Amino acid sequence: MTRMNLVQAINSGLRGALQQDETVLLMGEDIGQLGGVFRVTQGLQEEFGADRVLDTPLSETGILGTAIGMALHGLRPVTEIQFADFIYPGFDQLVSEAAKYRYRTAGEFHVPMVVRTPYGGGIRGGQYHSQSPEALFIQTPGLKVVCPSNPYDAKGLLLEAIRDEDPVLFFEPKRVYRAVKMDVPDAPYTVPLGEAKIVRPGEQVTCVAWGAMLYEAFTAAEEVAKRGVDVEVIDLRTLWPLDVDTIVSSVEKTGRIVVVHEAPRTCGFGGELVALVAERAFLRLEAPPVRVTGWDTPFPLTHEHEYLPLAHRIVPALLETARY
Amino acid sequence: MHVIRDDGSLDPTLDPGLSVDQVVALYKAMVRTRVVDDRLEKIQRQGRIAFHVGSLGEEAAIIGAAAALRDRDWIVPCYREVGALLWRGYPLQQYIDHMYGNADDPLRGRQMPDHTFSRAHRYLSVSAPIGTQIPHAVGVAMAAKKRGLDECVGVFFGDGATSSNDFHAAMNFAAVYEAPVLFLCRNNGYAISLPTQRQTATRTLAEKAAAYRIPAARIDGNDVLAVWRAVREGAERAANQGGPTFIELITYRLGGHSTSDDPRVYRSQEETDSWRKLDPLLRLRKHIEQRTAWNDDLDGDWRAVCDAEVKECVRRAEEKPPPELGDMFGDVYAEQPWHLREQQAQCLGGPRASDEEDES
Ligand SMILES: Cc1ncc(C[n+]2csc(CCOP(=O)(O)OP(=O)(O)O)c2C)c(N)n1
Ligand SMILES: [Mg+2]
Repeated sequence: MTRMNLVQAINSGLRGALQQDETVLLMGEDIGQLGGVFRVTQGLQEEFGADRVLDTPLSETGILGTAIGMALHGLRPVTEIQFADFIYPGFDQLVSEAAKYRYRTAGEFHVPMVVRTPYGGGIRGGQYHSQSPEALFIQTPGLKVVCPSNPYDAKGLLLEAIRDEDPVLFFEPKRVYRAVKMDVPDAPYTVPLGEAKIVRPGEQVTCVAWGAMLYEAFTAAEEVAKRGVDVEVIDLRTLWPLDVDTIVSSVEKTGRIVVVHEAPRTCGFGGELVALVAERAFLRLEAPPVRVTGWDTPFPLTHEHEYLPLAHRIVPALLETARY
Repeated sequence: MHVIRDDGSLDPTLDPGLSVDQVVALYKAMVRTRVVDDRLEKIQRQGRIAFHVGSLGEEAAIIGAAAALRDRDWIVPCYREVGALLWRGYPLQQYIDHMYGNADDPLRGRQMPDHTFSRAHRYLSVSAPIGTQIPHAVGVAMAAKKRGLDECVGVFFGDGATSSNDFHAAMNFAAVYEAPVLFLCRNNGYAISLPTQRQTATRTLAEKAAAYRIPAARIDGNDVLAVWRAVREGAERAANQGGPTFIELITYRLGGHSTSDDPRVYRSQEETDSWRKLDPLLRLRKHIEQRTAWNDDLDGDWRAVCDAEVKECVRRAEEKPPPELGDMFGDVYAEQPWHLREQQAQCLGGPRASDEEDES
């Protein structure tokens, strides 16, 4: 066990994967000598060589497209897209190719690759260093989407994602990178995909969040507890395929749900979550489902803390939902 | 190959014939840009602005190119070219207000620092995703040509951007449609940490142009008159229906990639020191001193003037309030649809992150 932050835990997971499995290799911009702009891959090129930790030219199409080819031919590439905001030049490769290869070859070919990418705001990054594009990928059949909130889960989920036979997008909450530390086993271990975690049991309102907003949901839950409202907080961990049972059974108990995410509201993942709850627990609902999200504008700079669905916006949503 | 030789004299066969006043103006603009950069870097380190991406060492490539274009020509920037915008007369106060994202920031705190734009100065908007501006420039040039306007377009981008999809699409379109556009490729040696030699297997960046049948030049980007000459030649080709030109400006990023970067991790001090000797300001200064148009006193005075100017802008910028919160909801569409009206009302009427402490 070592106390690690999120950056160190992911680094430890990558190191374990490179040691355990010689088909694993890392690719991305500035990930080698620099160790990545957030230092997540620090020391790995030195340890495993430039053949396994590739500093690529500046092309997300190149990174993701060649990773697909390598995955088709026996390797397990783990790619890094420097910021989630810069994934779009490679969007076609992910959405048209990685996602659909298995289906269009009736399973004869498949693409076991991982796309790691920092996402989210609150770091004074403005429009193009702050976005949360998870919904675009969740809506693409064939892609799995993971978003850990803490160092322990990050390492375990990453190792599971690397072992997974399907392409996995792994969104890293950059706001949490150095903000949280916890004990993490030094040896490799896995955390299964598709299992949410109840991080705070409660009886009156279900609050679903992931990544950096999990902490805001938790803070808000503690705050409203002081006012007599008991909130159950669920950390989704894997966004897709979703652990729908954990959410639905929670709502069957509480009758109320508040979903929190940074991405804009319209067609955000929150919309899908409340639709699922409406379909599966309609008769148990005691209040309209609520979404606390980023506004439907591009991500701003000066007022980013008013844009983000931080605790100050979650608290009233929880109170209103509880008292509906 | 230089227009300004090492001893400061001009190569008479290449001299573009600028007057002494014109050359001094170039020097003064380059110094001003550097002083502004230095000041912004300092205040970023003190946490007073979020970020800065500077042009230390690349001033000749940027300002020389801007100066060789005519006022009616367009500049499509990457993100290091604020020197070109200032050259065109963009108010420094406005730039500094933008760096602070305050109420007088022309884009009202909606973007990271150094994402300028100005229609009045025919300067398109800086965007972070690499390479995206290059096809826009070709499109602007195609529009100018279709509309029969005597204009050309200079588009800046880095060595890293030559790996982007958009670069290749733009080069191809420019050549196919004979667009009056100049591809101004600042080869500053690095894309963040990746040296140009590992960005591409070609020996030069200029040779990529041959694949698209675009004429190319490869010049010393630290020699402002060489830059001026090459860009003016390209602009004349464009004006004479000769289509696009690719210009590789060989220079060096003397500073970090941005204030978030520490270049010591990936390059040696010796390498940087050797480029310091090739600082474009030094070469040009030698030349204007030789023409007895410049000396130590004038230099010191000019730097002091520039520094006082930027300090005053900073002082004013720091006194200004943040933009209105409601500004966050403007300009998403030409007219605000119902959902944004609702969200804006909700945001303005709701709790604020900034109230957090008062609440309990
Ligand atoms: C599509 C995309 N991928 C990655 C990045 C992150 N990034 C920002 S600047 C940069 C390097 C650009 O290098 P170059 O084009 O040489 O320009 P320079 O910074 O040297 O002027 C990278 C990788 C980005 N902005 N956009
Ligand atoms: Mg460069």
